[in-house]
Amino acid sequence: MSNLAALFLEASFVSNMPLTLFLGLCTFIALSRRPEAALGLGVAMTGVMGVTVPLNQAVYDLLLAPGAWAWAGLPDLDLYYLSLIAFIGVIAATVQLLELVLERYFPATHAAFGVFLPLLTVQCAILAGSLFMVERRYTLVESAVFGLGSGFGFAVAVVMLGAIRARLAYADLPAGLRGLGITFILAGLMSLGFASFALMAAQ
Amino acid sequence: MAGRPHLLSILTAPLLRENPVTLQILGLCSALAVTTSLATALTMSAALTVVVTLAAGIISVIRRHIPDAIRLIVQIVIIASLVIVIDQVLQAFFYEISRALSVYVALITTNCLVLGRTESFARSNPPIPAMTDALGNGLGYSLILVVIGAVRELFGQGTLLGVGVLPLAEEGGWFTPLGLMLLPPSGFFLLGGLVWAIRSVRTEQAEAAEFGPAAPTEAAE
Repeated sequence: MSNLAALFLEASFVSNMPLTLFLGLCTFIALSRRPEAALGLGVAMTGVMGVTVPLNQAVYDLLLAPGAWAWAGLPDLDLYYLSLIAFIGVIAATVQLLELVLERYFPATHAAFGVFLPLLTVQCAILAGSLFMVERRYTLVESAVFGLGSGFGFAVAVVMLGAIRARLAYADLPAGLRGLGITFILAGLMSLGFASFALMAAQ
Repeated sequence: MAGRPHLLSILTAPLLRENPVTLQILGLCSALAVTTSLATALTMSAALTVVVTLAAGIISVIRRHIPDAIRLIVQIVIIASLVIVIDQVLQAFFYEISRALSVYVALITTNCLVLGRTESFARSNPPIPAMTDALGNGLGYSLILVVIGAVRELFGQGTLLGVGVLPLAEEGGWFTPLGLMLLPPSGFFLLGGLVWAIRSVRTEQAEAAEFGPAAPTEAAE
Protein backbone atom coordinates (compact mmCIF):
# COMPACT_ATOMS: atom_id res chain seq x y z
CA MET A 1 0.00 0.00 0.00
CA SER A 2 2.74 2.47 0.96
CA ASN A 3 4.45 1.57 -2.31
CA LEU A 4 1.40 2.74 -4.22
CA ALA A 5 1.24 5.98 -2.23
CA ALA A 6 4.90 6.58 -3.00
CA LEU A 7 4.25 5.90 -6.68
CA PHE A 8 1.38 8.41 -6.68
CA LEU A 9 3.52 11.14 -5.09
CA GLU A 10 6.45 10.34 -7.34
CA ALA A 11 4.27 10.54 -10.47
CA SER A 12 2.55 13.76 -9.46
CA PHE A 13 5.39 15.78 -7.93
CA VAL A 14 8.86 14.33 -8.41
CA SER A 15 8.51 13.57 -12.11
CA ASN A 16 5.82 16.12 -12.80
CA MET A 17 4.66 15.79 -16.41
CA PRO A 18 4.90 19.37 -17.69
CA LEU A 19 7.53 20.82 -15.37
CA THR A 20 10.22 18.15 -15.14
CA LEU A 21 9.52 15.90 -18.14
CA PHE A 22 8.33 18.66 -20.53
CA LEU A 23 5.28 16.62 -21.53
CA GLY A 24 1.98 18.13 -22.61
CA LEU A 25 3.51 21.58 -22.81
CA CYS A 26 1.46 22.79 -25.77
CA THR A 27 -1.84 22.64 -23.91
CA PHE A 28 -0.08 23.54 -20.65
CA ILE A 29 1.00 26.89 -22.12
CA ALA A 30 -1.93 27.55 -24.45
CA LEU A 31 -4.79 26.83 -22.03
CA SER A 32 -3.40 28.35 -18.82
CA ARG A 33 -4.45 31.91 -19.57
CA ARG A 34 -7.39 31.75 -17.19
CA PRO A 35 -7.57 29.67 -13.99
CA GLU A 36 -11.06 28.28 -14.81
CA ALA A 37 -9.92 26.90 -18.15
CA ALA A 38 -6.82 25.49 -16.47
CA LEU A 39 -8.96 23.73 -13.86
CA GLY A 40 -11.16 22.17 -16.56
CA LEU A 41 -8.11 20.92 -18.42
CA GLY A 42 -6.60 19.53 -15.22
CA VAL A 43 -9.75 17.58 -14.29
CA ALA A 44 -10.10 16.19 -17.81
CA MET A 45 -6.42 15.16 -17.84
CA THR A 46 -6.71 13.33 -14.50
CA GLY A 47 -9.81 11.44 -15.67
CA VAL A 48 -8.43 10.46 -19.05
CA MET A 49 -5.03 9.40 -17.74
CA GLY A 50 -6.56 7.44 -14.88
CA VAL A 51 -8.53 5.41 -17.45
CA THR A 52 -6.19 5.10 -20.43
CA VAL A 53 -2.97 4.04 -18.67
CA PRO A 54 -4.44 0.90 -17.01
CA LEU A 55 -6.48 0.16 -20.16
CA ASN A 56 -3.34 0.30 -22.29
CA GLN A 57 -1.55 -1.84 -19.72
CA ALA A 58 -4.22 -4.52 -20.23
CA VAL A 59 -4.01 -4.18 -24.03
CA TYR A 60 -0.23 -4.45 -23.93
CA ASP A 61 -0.18 -7.38 -21.54
CA LEU A 62 -2.89 -9.43 -23.26
CA LEU A 63 -2.23 -8.67 -26.92
CA LEU A 64 1.12 -7.02 -27.65
CA ALA A 65 3.80 -8.19 -25.21
CA PRO A 66 6.29 -10.79 -26.47
CA GLY A 67 4.73 -14.20 -25.91
CA ALA A 68 1.23 -12.85 -25.28
CA TRP A 69 -0.15 -15.14 -27.99
CA ALA A 70 1.47 -18.28 -26.55
CA TRP A 71 -1.98 -19.75 -25.74
CA ALA A 72 -2.82 -19.62 -29.45
CA GLY A 73 0.29 -21.58 -30.35
CA LEU A 74 2.33 -18.52 -31.37
CA PRO A 75 4.92 -18.14 -28.58
CA ASP A 76 7.37 -16.25 -30.79
CA LEU A 77 4.95 -13.57 -31.92
CA ASP A 78 6.14 -10.14 -30.75
CA LEU A 79 3.74 -7.33 -31.61
CA TYR A 80 5.63 -4.73 -29.59
CA TYR A 81 6.07 -2.50 -32.63
CA LEU A 82 2.31 -2.10 -32.92
CA SER A 83 1.96 -0.62 -29.43
CA LEU A 84 2.12 3.00 -30.60
CA ILE A 85 -0.87 2.65 -32.93
CA ALA A 86 -2.77 0.52 -30.41
CA PHE A 87 -2.25 3.06 -27.61
CA ILE A 88 -3.32 5.99 -29.76
CA GLY A 89 -6.44 4.06 -30.78
CA VAL A 90 -7.32 3.28 -27.16
CA ILE A 91 -6.77 6.91 -26.15
CA ALA A 92 -8.87 8.28 -29.03
CA ALA A 93 -11.67 5.81 -28.28
CA THR A 94 -11.60 6.58 -24.54
CA VAL A 95 -11.72 10.31 -25.12
CA GLN A 96 -14.62 9.91 -27.56
CA LEU A 97 -16.48 7.60 -25.14
CA LEU A 98 -15.91 9.94 -22.21
CA GLU A 99 -17.29 12.79 -24.25
CA LEU A 100 -20.43 10.82 -25.18
CA VAL A 101 -21.07 9.74 -21.57
CA LEU A 102 -20.53 13.25 -20.20
CA GLU A 103 -22.76 14.78 -22.85
CA ARG A 104 -25.56 12.30 -22.10
CA TYR A 105 -25.48 12.15 -18.30
CA PHE A 106 -23.54 15.17 -17.03
CA PRO A 107 -24.32 18.00 -19.48
CA ALA A 108 -23.14 20.68 -17.04
CA THR A 109 -19.70 19.09 -16.64
CA HIS A 110 -19.54 18.54 -20.37
CA ALA A 111 -20.24 22.19 -21.04
CA ALA A 112 -17.57 23.16 -18.49
CA PHE A 113 -14.68 21.36 -20.15
CA GLY A 114 -16.13 19.85 -23.29
CA VAL A 115 -13.88 21.94 -25.52
CA PHE A 116 -10.73 20.40 -24.09
CA LEU A 117 -11.73 16.78 -24.42
CA PRO A 118 -11.10 16.27 -28.17
CA LEU A 119 -7.75 18.05 -27.78
CA LEU A 120 -6.63 15.41 -25.32
CA THR A 121 -6.35 12.77 -28.07
CA VAL A 122 -3.17 14.42 -29.25
CA GLN A 123 -1.87 15.34 -25.80
CA CYS A 124 1.64 13.99 -25.54
CA ALA A 125 1.49 13.59 -21.75
CA ILE A 126 -1.31 11.04 -22.09
CA LEU A 127 0.50 8.94 -24.68
CA ALA A 128 3.71 9.29 -22.68
CA GLY A 129 1.95 7.89 -19.62
CA SER A 130 1.24 4.68 -21.53
CA LEU A 131 4.75 4.53 -23.01
CA PHE A 132 6.38 4.98 -19.59
CA MET A 133 4.07 2.27 -18.26
CA VAL A 134 5.57 -0.18 -20.78
CA GLU A 135 9.14 1.00 -20.23
CA ARG A 136 8.85 0.62 -16.44
CA ARG A 137 6.79 -2.61 -16.53
CA TYR A 138 4.00 -1.48 -14.20
CA THR A 139 1.26 -3.93 -13.19
CA LEU A 140 -2.42 -3.10 -13.71
CA VAL A 141 -2.90 -1.56 -10.24
CA GLU A 142 0.39 0.32 -10.41
CA SER A 143 -0.47 1.76 -13.81
CA ALA A 144 -3.85 2.98 -12.54
CA VAL A 145 -2.12 4.75 -9.64
CA PHE A 146 0.59 6.09 -11.95
CA GLY A 147 -2.00 7.43 -14.42
CA LEU A 148 -4.03 9.14 -11.70
CA GLY A 149 -0.90 10.58 -10.09
CA SER A 150 0.46 11.97 -13.35
CA GLY A 151 -2.90 13.52 -14.21
CA PHE A 152 -3.16 15.03 -10.73
CA GLY A 153 0.34 16.48 -10.98
CA PHE A 154 -0.50 18.02 -14.33
CA ALA A 155 -3.70 19.51 -12.88
CA VAL A 156 -1.85 21.05 -9.91
CA ALA A 157 0.82 22.56 -12.15
CA VAL A 158 -1.58 23.97 -14.76
CA VAL A 159 -3.92 25.51 -12.17
CA MET A 160 -0.95 27.16 -10.43
CA LEU A 161 0.35 28.55 -13.71
CA GLY A 162 -3.15 29.78 -14.63
CA ALA A 163 -3.44 31.59 -11.29
CA ILE A 164 -0.03 33.25 -11.68
CA ARG A 165 -0.80 34.35 -15.24
CA ALA A 166 -4.11 35.87 -14.15
CA ARG A 167 -2.19 38.02 -11.64
CA LEU A 168 0.26 39.03 -14.34
CA ALA A 169 -2.49 40.84 -16.22
CA TYR A 170 -1.62 43.85 -14.04
CA ALA A 171 2.11 43.69 -14.65
CA ASP A 172 3.79 46.09 -17.07
CA LEU A 173 6.11 43.80 -19.01
CA PRO A 174 8.49 44.64 -21.87
CA ALA A 175 6.60 44.23 -25.14
CA GLY A 176 8.60 41.25 -26.40
CA LEU A 177 8.17 39.33 -23.17
CA ARG A 178 4.37 39.54 -22.98
CA GLY A 179 2.39 36.35 -23.32
CA LEU A 180 4.57 33.46 -24.42
CA GLY A 181 7.96 34.72 -23.23
CA ILE A 182 7.01 35.42 -19.63
CA THR A 183 5.03 32.18 -19.48
CA PHE A 184 8.16 30.17 -20.24
CA ILE A 185 10.10 32.02 -17.57
CA LEU A 186 7.29 31.44 -15.06
CA ALA A 187 7.26 27.75 -15.95
CA GLY A 188 11.03 27.72 -15.45
CA LEU A 189 10.67 29.19 -11.96
CA MET A 190 7.93 26.68 -11.10
CA SER A 191 10.16 23.95 -12.46
CA LEU A 192 12.92 25.07 -10.07
CA GLY A 193 10.40 24.67 -7.25
CA PHE A 194 9.44 21.18 -8.38
CA ALA A 195 13.12 20.28 -8.67
CA SER A 196 13.28 20.54 -4.87
CA PHE A 197 10.80 17.64 -4.66
CA ALA A 198 13.37 15.54 -6.48
CA LEU A 199 15.93 16.41 -3.80
CA MET A 200 13.47 15.48 -1.05
CA ALA A 201 12.82 12.15 -2.77
CA ALA A 202 16.55 11.47 -3.00
CA GLN A 203 17.05 11.83 0.76
CA MET B 1 -4.17 30.92 -48.73
CA ALA B 2 -5.17 33.18 -51.58
CA GLY B 3 -3.57 32.54 -54.96
CA ARG B 4 -0.43 30.41 -55.23
CA PRO B 5 2.30 31.74 -52.99
CA HIS B 6 5.86 31.32 -54.14
CA LEU B 7 7.42 28.02 -53.06
CA LEU B 8 10.50 29.74 -51.69
CA SER B 9 8.43 31.96 -49.43
CA ILE B 10 6.50 28.92 -48.18
CA LEU B 11 9.84 27.35 -47.30
CA THR B 12 11.42 30.33 -45.57
CA ALA B 13 8.40 31.84 -43.80
CA PRO B 14 8.42 29.33 -40.92
CA LEU B 15 12.13 29.80 -40.21
CA LEU B 16 11.86 33.02 -38.22
CA ARG B 17 8.81 34.98 -39.30
CA GLU B 18 6.27 32.28 -38.45
CA ASN B 19 8.44 29.95 -36.45
CA PRO B 20 6.36 26.96 -35.29
CA VAL B 21 7.90 26.86 -31.82
CA THR B 22 8.23 30.48 -30.80
CA LEU B 23 5.17 31.91 -32.52
CA GLN B 24 2.65 29.13 -33.08
CA ILE B 25 3.37 27.30 -29.76
CA LEU B 26 3.61 23.95 -31.55
CA GLY B 27 5.86 21.03 -30.70
CA LEU B 28 7.13 22.38 -27.40
CA CYS B 29 7.48 19.14 -25.46
CA SER B 30 10.28 17.64 -27.45
CA ALA B 31 11.86 21.05 -28.08
CA LEU B 32 12.77 21.24 -24.41
CA ALA B 33 13.14 17.62 -23.38
CA VAL B 34 15.79 16.48 -25.87
CA THR B 35 18.00 19.56 -25.88
CA THR B 36 20.43 18.67 -23.10
CA SER B 37 23.02 17.91 -25.80
CA LEU B 38 23.49 18.92 -29.40
CA ALA B 39 23.61 15.34 -30.71
CA THR B 40 20.16 14.40 -29.38
CA ALA B 41 18.74 17.74 -30.56
CA LEU B 42 20.06 17.11 -34.09
CA THR B 43 18.70 13.55 -34.19
CA MET B 44 15.31 14.68 -32.98
CA SER B 45 15.24 17.53 -35.51
CA ALA B 46 16.06 15.16 -38.36
CA ALA B 47 13.46 12.60 -37.25
CA LEU B 48 10.75 15.22 -36.92
CA THR B 49 11.55 16.92 -40.23
CA VAL B 50 11.40 13.58 -42.07
CA VAL B 51 8.11 12.59 -40.42
CA VAL B 52 6.37 15.92 -40.99
CA THR B 53 7.49 16.15 -44.63
CA LEU B 54 6.46 12.60 -45.53
CA ALA B 55 3.18 12.85 -43.59
CA ALA B 56 2.30 16.11 -45.35
CA GLY B 57 3.09 14.53 -48.73
CA ILE B 58 1.00 11.39 -48.12
CA ILE B 59 -1.97 13.24 -46.65
CA SER B 60 -1.86 15.81 -49.43
CA VAL B 61 -1.93 13.07 -52.10
CA ILE B 62 -4.99 11.37 -50.62
CA ARG B 63 -6.62 14.58 -49.38
CA ARG B 64 -9.67 14.21 -51.65
CA HIS B 65 -10.36 10.66 -50.45
CA ILE B 66 -10.31 11.25 -46.68
CA PRO B 67 -13.84 11.60 -45.26
CA ASP B 68 -14.07 14.74 -43.18
CA ALA B 69 -15.55 13.03 -40.10
CA ILE B 70 -12.65 10.63 -39.55
CA ARG B 71 -9.80 12.77 -40.88
CA LEU B 72 -8.06 13.12 -37.51
CA ILE B 73 -7.90 9.35 -37.03
CA VAL B 74 -6.62 8.87 -40.60
CA GLN B 75 -3.94 11.51 -40.11
CA ILE B 76 -2.83 10.11 -36.76
CA VAL B 77 -2.58 6.56 -38.16
CA ILE B 78 -0.42 7.79 -41.06
CA ILE B 79 1.82 9.79 -38.72
CA ALA B 80 2.07 6.92 -36.23
CA SER B 81 3.12 4.49 -38.97
CA LEU B 82 5.88 6.86 -40.10
CA VAL B 83 7.04 7.34 -36.50
CA ILE B 84 7.22 3.57 -35.97
CA VAL B 85 9.47 3.28 -39.04
CA ILE B 86 11.75 6.10 -37.82
CA ASP B 87 11.85 4.65 -34.31
CA GLN B 88 12.87 1.21 -35.62
CA VAL B 89 15.54 2.75 -37.88
CA LEU B 90 17.01 4.70 -34.94
CA GLN B 91 17.00 1.62 -32.73
CA ALA B 92 18.72 -0.40 -35.44
CA PHE B 93 21.45 2.04 -36.46
CA PHE B 94 21.83 4.63 -33.67
CA TYR B 95 21.07 2.60 -30.56
CA GLU B 96 22.85 4.89 -28.07
CA ILE B 97 21.05 8.03 -29.20
CA SER B 98 17.78 6.14 -29.42
CA ARG B 99 18.15 5.18 -25.75
CA ALA B 100 18.92 8.79 -24.82
CA LEU B 101 15.81 10.02 -26.63
CA SER B 102 13.71 7.41 -24.76
CA VAL B 103 9.99 7.83 -25.40
CA TYR B 104 10.34 11.20 -27.09
CA VAL B 105 10.77 9.72 -30.58
CA ALA B 106 7.50 7.83 -30.20
CA LEU B 107 5.94 11.06 -28.99
CA ILE B 108 6.46 12.67 -32.40
CA THR B 109 3.10 10.98 -33.09
CA THR B 110 1.34 13.42 -30.82
CA ASN B 111 3.63 16.34 -31.57
CA CYS B 112 1.15 19.08 -32.33
CA LEU B 113 3.55 20.48 -34.94
CA VAL B 114 3.03 17.48 -37.23
CA LEU B 115 -0.73 17.31 -36.84
CA GLY B 116 -0.97 21.09 -36.99
CA ARG B 117 0.74 21.25 -40.39
CA THR B 118 -1.18 18.33 -41.91
CA GLU B 119 -4.46 19.67 -40.58
CA SER B 120 -4.01 23.32 -41.51
CA PHE B 121 -1.96 23.12 -44.71
CA ALA B 122 -1.48 19.68 -46.28
CA ARG B 123 -5.18 18.87 -46.13
CA SER B 124 -6.06 21.67 -48.54
CA ASN B 125 -2.97 21.98 -50.78
CA PRO B 126 -1.31 19.93 -53.54
CA PRO B 127 1.65 17.70 -52.57
CA ILE B 128 4.56 19.94 -53.66
CA PRO B 129 3.58 23.08 -51.68
CA ALA B 130 2.42 20.87 -48.79
CA MET B 131 5.79 19.13 -48.54
CA THR B 132 7.63 22.45 -48.92
CA ASP B 133 5.60 23.94 -46.11
CA ALA B 134 6.23 20.90 -43.91
CA LEU B 135 9.96 20.99 -44.68
CA GLY B 136 10.09 24.69 -43.80
CA ASN B 137 8.33 24.09 -40.51
CA GLY B 138 10.57 21.13 -39.75
CA LEU B 139 13.62 23.34 -40.36
CA GLY B 140 12.19 26.16 -38.25
CA TYR B 141 11.69 23.67 -35.42
CA SER B 142 15.21 22.31 -35.94
CA LEU B 143 16.67 25.82 -35.76
CA ILE B 144 15.24 26.41 -32.29
CA LEU B 145 16.28 22.93 -31.11
CA VAL B 146 19.83 23.31 -32.34
CA VAL B 147 20.26 26.75 -30.77
CA ILE B 148 18.94 25.61 -27.38
CA GLY B 149 20.81 22.29 -27.58
CA ALA B 150 24.09 24.03 -28.41
CA VAL B 151 23.75 26.56 -25.56
CA ARG B 152 22.79 23.91 -23.02
CA GLU B 153 25.60 21.53 -23.99
CA LEU B 154 28.22 24.30 -24.26
CA PHE B 155 27.51 25.83 -20.85
CA GLY B 156 26.36 22.65 -19.12
CA GLN B 157 29.31 20.46 -20.08
CA GLY B 158 31.73 22.71 -21.93
CA THR B 159 31.47 20.56 -25.06
CA LEU B 160 29.81 20.65 -28.46
CA LEU B 161 28.81 17.29 -30.00
CA GLY B 162 30.92 15.65 -27.29
CA VAL B 163 34.10 17.54 -28.29
CA GLY B 164 35.61 19.78 -25.61
CA VAL B 165 35.33 23.49 -26.51
CA LEU B 166 35.70 25.28 -23.19
CA PRO B 167 38.62 24.00 -21.05
CA LEU B 168 37.13 22.50 -17.88
CA ALA B 169 38.33 23.66 -14.46
CA GLU B 170 38.99 20.13 -13.23
CA GLU B 171 41.27 19.53 -16.20
CA GLY B 172 43.31 22.67 -15.62
CA GLY B 173 41.17 25.09 -17.64
CA TRP B 174 39.05 27.98 -16.42
CA PHE B 175 35.48 26.83 -17.13
CA THR B 176 33.25 25.40 -14.40
CA PRO B 177 30.24 23.62 -15.95
CA LEU B 178 26.87 25.07 -14.97
CA GLY B 179 24.92 22.05 -13.76
CA LEU B 180 21.67 24.00 -13.93
CA MET B 181 21.93 24.11 -17.72
CA LEU B 182 21.31 20.35 -17.83
CA LEU B 183 18.25 20.54 -15.55
CA PRO B 184 14.69 21.19 -16.77
CA PRO B 185 14.32 24.83 -15.56
CA SER B 186 17.07 26.16 -17.81
CA GLY B 187 15.22 24.82 -20.86
CA PHE B 188 12.26 27.01 -19.98
CA PHE B 189 14.46 30.03 -19.25
CA LEU B 190 16.38 29.71 -22.53
CA LEU B 191 13.24 29.33 -24.62
CA GLY B 192 11.66 32.29 -22.81
CA GLY B 193 14.76 34.37 -23.51
CA LEU B 194 14.81 33.25 -27.14
CA VAL B 195 11.17 34.24 -27.61
CA TRP B 196 11.97 37.61 -26.05
CA ALA B 197 14.95 38.11 -28.35
CA ILE B 198 13.01 37.20 -31.52
CA ARG B 199 10.09 39.40 -30.57
CA SER B 200 12.33 42.35 -29.74
CA VAL B 201 13.73 42.23 -33.25
CA ARG B 202 10.42 41.45 -34.94
CA THR B 203 8.14 43.64 -32.89
CA GLU B 204 5.04 42.73 -34.92
CA GLN B 205 5.05 39.35 -33.13
CA ALA B 206 4.71 40.88 -29.66
CA GLU B 207 1.39 40.19 -27.99
CA ALA B 208 -0.87 43.07 -27.01
CA ALA B 209 -0.96 43.99 -23.35
CA GLU B 210 -3.97 42.55 -21.58
CA PHE B 211 -4.93 44.97 -18.84
CA GLY B 212 -7.86 43.92 -16.72
CA PRO B 213 -8.18 40.28 -15.63
CA ALA B 214 -11.79 39.79 -16.71
CA ALA B 215 -11.29 40.50 -20.41
CA PRO B 216 -11.82 37.16 -22.18
CA THR B 217 -8.99 36.56 -24.60
CA GLU B 218 -8.70 34.00 -27.36
CA ALA B 219 -6.47 31.00 -26.70
CA ALA B 220 -3.14 31.48 -28.41
CA GLU B 221 -3.66 28.71 -30.93
